[in-house]
Amino acid sequence: MAQTTDISFKPETFELIQKITKRYPEGKHKSALIPVLHIAQAEFGGWLSPQTMDLVAEVLRLKPIEVYEVASFYSMFNLQPVGKCLIEVCRTSSCWLCGAEDIIDHLEHKLNIKVGETTSDGMFTLKAVECLGSCGTAPMMQVGADYHENLSIEKVDNLVDGFKQENKQSRYC
Amino acid sequence: MSRKLLLKNDHVPGIATLKTYKENGGYTTMEKALKTMSPDALLEEVKTSGLRGRGGAGFPTGMKWSFLAKPEGVPRYLVVNADESEPGTFKDRYLMERIPHLLIEGMVISSFTLGANSAYIYIRGEYFYVSRILEQAIDEAYAAGLLGKNILGTGYDLDIYVQVGAGAYICGEETALLESLEGKRGNPRIKPPFPAIAGLYGCPTVVNNVETIAALVPIIELGGAEYAKIGIGRSTGTKLISASGHINKPGVYEIELGLPVEEFIYSEEYCGGIKGGRKMKAVVAGGSSVPILPTELILKTAAGEPRLMSYESLGEGGFVSGTMLGSGGFIVMDEDTSIVKNLYTFSRFYHHESCGQCSPCREGTGWMEKILHKILEGKGTLKDIDLLWDIQSKIEGKTICPLGEAAAWPVAAAIRHFRPEFEAYVTNPESIKDVKHYYRLNPTV
Repeated sequence: MAQTTDISFKPETFELIQKITKRYPEGKHKSALIPVLHIAQAEFGGWLSPQTMDLVAEVLRLKPIEVYEVASFYSMFNLQPVGKCLIEVCRTSSCWLCGAEDIIDHLEHKLNIKVGETTSDGMFTLKAVECLGSCGTAPMMQVGADYHENLSIEKVDNLVDGFKQENKQSRYC
Repeated sequence: MSRKLLLKNDHVPGIATLKTYKENGGYTTMEKALKTMSPDALLEEVKTSGLRGRGGAGFPTGMKWSFLAKPEGVPRYLVVNADESEPGTFKDRYLMERIPHLLIEGMVISSFTLGANSAYIYIRGEYFYVSRILEQAIDEAYAAGLLGKNILGTGYDLDIYVQVGAGAYICGEETALLESLEGKRGNPRIKPPFPAIAGLYGCPTVVNNVETIAALVPIIELGGAEYAKIGIGRSTGTKLISASGHINKPGVYEIELGLPVEEFIYSEEYCGGIKGGRKMKAVVAGGSSVPILPTELILKTAAGEPRLMSYESLGEGGFVSGTMLGSGGFIVMDEDTSIVKNLYTFSRFYHHESCGQCSPCREGTGWMEKILHKILEGKGTLKDIDLLWDIQSKIEGKTICPLGEAAAWPVAAAIRHFRPEFEAYVTNPESIKDVKHYYRLNPTV
């Protein structure tokens, strides 16, 4: 059994989780793990700390290892803290053909960080990711859960400046 | 040639809503199926239609369905594969986003045919906003009595749930998808048993691609025999093609199977030709895993016949001179493209996405990425090209799931058709510095 954690879900989130577990047959509530990890990540700062994962284990009546092994398999789960605004630029074939590297280079310069890093003020994390199914609208980037497509350097500038101005917190789900 | 079955109403304003979808004839086919046809009769129509799986493998759908075990007292499931992750492919996203009710209507017909009372849509986590569109459409359908208990008074019950993934290409492989849906890591299962015997929660399950299930609506509307008249030979019906890369009009197009490749690339109705009036160099016709072909072989077969957009014509010549229709992810590259660099993005992708279960794939994909990186840095040797060939040949056919082949085939095809370019990177890197994106490598994160 998971060690009781000193964090908890908001009551409405807890209710939502109970509702999600009812999508599956009796005894198959483990199926709710991935949807609940998304919810937990969104509620606790955009990443999954061991404490958050233990909470998920407790709520879903799973062993902590069952949660860790799943969380570490899927690329959308951040096991390290990320900036308030998570920028993920697609770099696979079609996006590369259409100039994704120029977008990545530009963001590295603009934010003064390398891919994989977070700005010192904790505002932005920049990642380069694999195909996001936006090949016809390349190049593109995902910010939290939102798609931004048909990017140009100018469009990226406007978006990033806007995020900074509004002190944007990425929306995850 | 432009016969539309799936996307005939995709530009009708409000078609994502139940009201507009119904005003345009939506859910009448489902009503016909549930009220006037038996599951056996429906299955026969699917078989007659010649429909083949639209996710990539092209396996006959009717045959797949006929394998479904039907033990007494055991639930059966329909699982829709909306994990769409094959680079170059974005058609399912378009279909779900634009006409979510078409998928739901197809799911009701399919589930009724299969005797399933629960169905899941497993959608890739990055398509979060699409999952919301689907959920909204599902809620509308429940409220209108098109889902839930006793649908349209027929006594048939069906619940549909949307399940989001979390970023793993491998979950598009049907058994990995089922593992993920059960709340586990997406490690593919050893087959047999096939999902038709032991799938979700060990119960008989059919897993089909979004487009395959949506195609049930026109098939039952027209009748299997009429549907089979559309297309060419064993490539019946229409196919959604995701067109991207160096073309003037990227996007999702519904084509009648049998359309000449040349017409698809150059006509204004489809891709509208190559950007900037440049020449075409190569095409990846069916998603990242299928063999890349140089211009002369994508437009014409080795025998000089015009190449058509069909399973058979694209496959003509085997892997020596042909390719595959695959998922319909059609990536076009212009004359300035570095084939080696494009391959590097594919190999990096497969290395990242290997689940790590089988050594040949886990290790081999990493080696291929590293060797290609070395060649792109100008540090490669001629032996490295042979080594790449050797590694890919030792992955293919030696893994639990087809990710091994998916990673191996692009490497083999790029070397087969563009070996001189690889050699130039090794022997005379200075001479190709003018090739776009040469040396511009991003850190592998």
